[in-house]
Amino acid sequence: MNVLDIIKPENQVFCKSKLMTDTTLSYCPGCGHGTAHNLTMEVIDELGICENTIGVAPVGCSVLAYDFMNIDMTQAAHGRAPAVATAIARTWPKKYVFTYQGDGDLAAIGTAETIHACNRGENIVIIFINNGIYGMTGGQMAPTTLEGMHSSTSPYGREIKTMGSPLKITELISNLPGVYYVTRQAVHTHKHARKTKKAIKKAFENTRLKKGLSFIEIVSNCNSGWKMTPNEANIWMEEHMFPYFPLGDIKVNGILK
Amino acid sequence: MSELKLMKGNEALAEAAIRAGVDAYFGYPITPQSEVIEYLMTERPEQRTGMVVLQAESELAAINMVYGAASTGKKVMTSSSSPGISLKLEGISYIAGAELPAVIVNVVRGGPGLGTIQPSQADYFQSVKGGGHGDYKLYVLAPSSVQEMADFVEDAFKIAFKYRAPVLILSDGLIGQMMEKVNLKDQQKRLTDEEVIKLNGNWATTGKPKTRERNIITSLDLQSEKMEARVHRLMKKYERMEQEDLRYEEYQTEDAEYLFVAYGSSARIAQKAVQLARAKGIKAGLLRPITLFPFPKKVLLNLANQVQGILSVELNAGQMVEDVRLSVEHKVPVEHFGRTGGIIHTPEEVLEALEQKIIK
Repeated sequence: MNVLDIIKPENQVFCKSKLMTDTTLSYCPGCGHGTAHNLTMEVIDELGICENTIGVAPVGCSVLAYDFMNIDMTQAAHGRAPAVATAIARTWPKKYVFTYQGDGDLAAIGTAETIHACNRGENIVIIFINNGIYGMTGGQMAPTTLEGMHSSTSPYGREIKTMGSPLKITELISNLPGVYYVTRQAVHTHKHARKTKKAIKKAFENTRLKKGLSFIEIVSNCNSGWKMTPNEANIWMEEHMFPYFPLGDIKVNGILK
Repeated sequence: MSELKLMKGNEALAEAAIRAGVDAYFGYPITPQSEVIEYLMTERPEQRTGMVVLQAESELAAINMVYGAASTGKKVMTSSSSPGISLKLEGISYIAGAELPAVIVNVVRGGPGLGTIQPSQADYFQSVKGGGHGDYKLYVLAPSSVQEMADFVEDAFKIAFKYRAPVLILSDGLIGQMMEKVNLKDQQKRLTDEEVIKLNGNWATTGKPKTRERNIITSLDLQSEKMEARVHRLMKKYERMEQEDLRYEEYQTEDAEYLFVAYGSSARIAQKAVQLARAKGIKAGLLRPITLFPFPKKVLLNLANQVQGILSVELNAGQMVEDVRLSVEHKVPVEHFGRTGGIIHTPEEVLEALEQKIIK
């Protein structure tokens, strides 16, 4: 039995979603973006809502998300995706609208747009990739960079006294009444990927039921920015990121856990 | 059947937007244009036509909401005043870059900075030279009456969709706040979602059916050649605007020996100055650019062959005068007369400036 005998459709647990294009991903090998993209597209495909889904791409590593996702997408200015999504959802109330944003986009420059879209309870899905660093611009400090963590703008490690604490934006927005579902997941193992997919599916179901805003944080790695191998990055993420950003549901059906 | 009403300029604009079948308005209050969103909220356009009206948390959010709705092919507008428009410029640059139709209204107040809440035309440069980052222009319509505040909404949307480009209605605190009679047009039907898809589905992000490729709205081109091609495409649009949609008005220019150039509020005052001049035996005329971009360059050049001097009358320290000088190619003297700080010049002052600066 060789490899090709094993790779048969009936044996595959994970495969490329039909809604992913053939464009080569621009992400670094080992990065979680590819899996997060694929899961999102799988959910949209499985729910059969491609024709009624509009995605909003951010600025940052995933700025080119529209090159990989075979759906209609609008690329938003840095941090403004929740405002863009607000307008789309308001003017097309029957559509499924989601934003896909990183930590610099969502938790720094776009803090106001994030908080207010959440507070209005816009009927949208926000997928938030938190890797604790600015990946695209070359590894600068993000609001979510951990204490003591090195980056090109915190070369001696993040110091709370001068740089503030890592921002738990997800917990912050979970307190807003308009936010219906908040969860924090990961995609570095198949177990975590399965849970994340379930969460994304639940979020889009919430849109269908017009329940308001669903927010999915995915704690992910940035092996290039962290200057580690993919494997080292995943281990470091489990040891350092997860204790500060614990995985699991934070708010379900409008009720805080 | 139109309807005659006595309204503020800002209110007339808001009512005209509902009647023009606009799908959405996103804004943020700022003096002297807050009546636009106040009127819209009071009128419950969501019940009248289904038009969405939302007060955003900031000008940044408002203009990006405009970007979002415009990217899906809907008719969407926003309004603000000078400091608010400065905040919106990031989004306006994106809307121009992504080639989206949208209408933006600036009811100008004095600046720079927090400035004053009184009328001004000090945002001329910002409006006609691009304003935000990158190589782009706005099609700029300058109303000079409450009637035009209402009429230009529909005109602006026609241009916005014709060129898939943002259009600016450049008003000021005087026109926004003053009351005049206005003839309002009949209510137009808002397009249904199906009609929007039929009309704009070839480019807008309305959800991808199996029958077409995905639509992407972006202003990003990482490949230099593609980015340059995009800029060239924009420049061609602007050339076409000049050829097909230039607008201006002439007043007593046939035999004019001296010319005022003025737009918006200033044009109304300059028009009175023409009458005062004529009463004194001075053959003055007025050219009123209605579109500030495209600018009536050729018209001005022709008039420069006829008149002895030109006075650019503006509520600023001298901005449009640069375009007037460029247009007339040094054929005749061109001077500027303006008041700032929210002070509005009188017709007498304007005539006096003509006599002192041009006739001498």
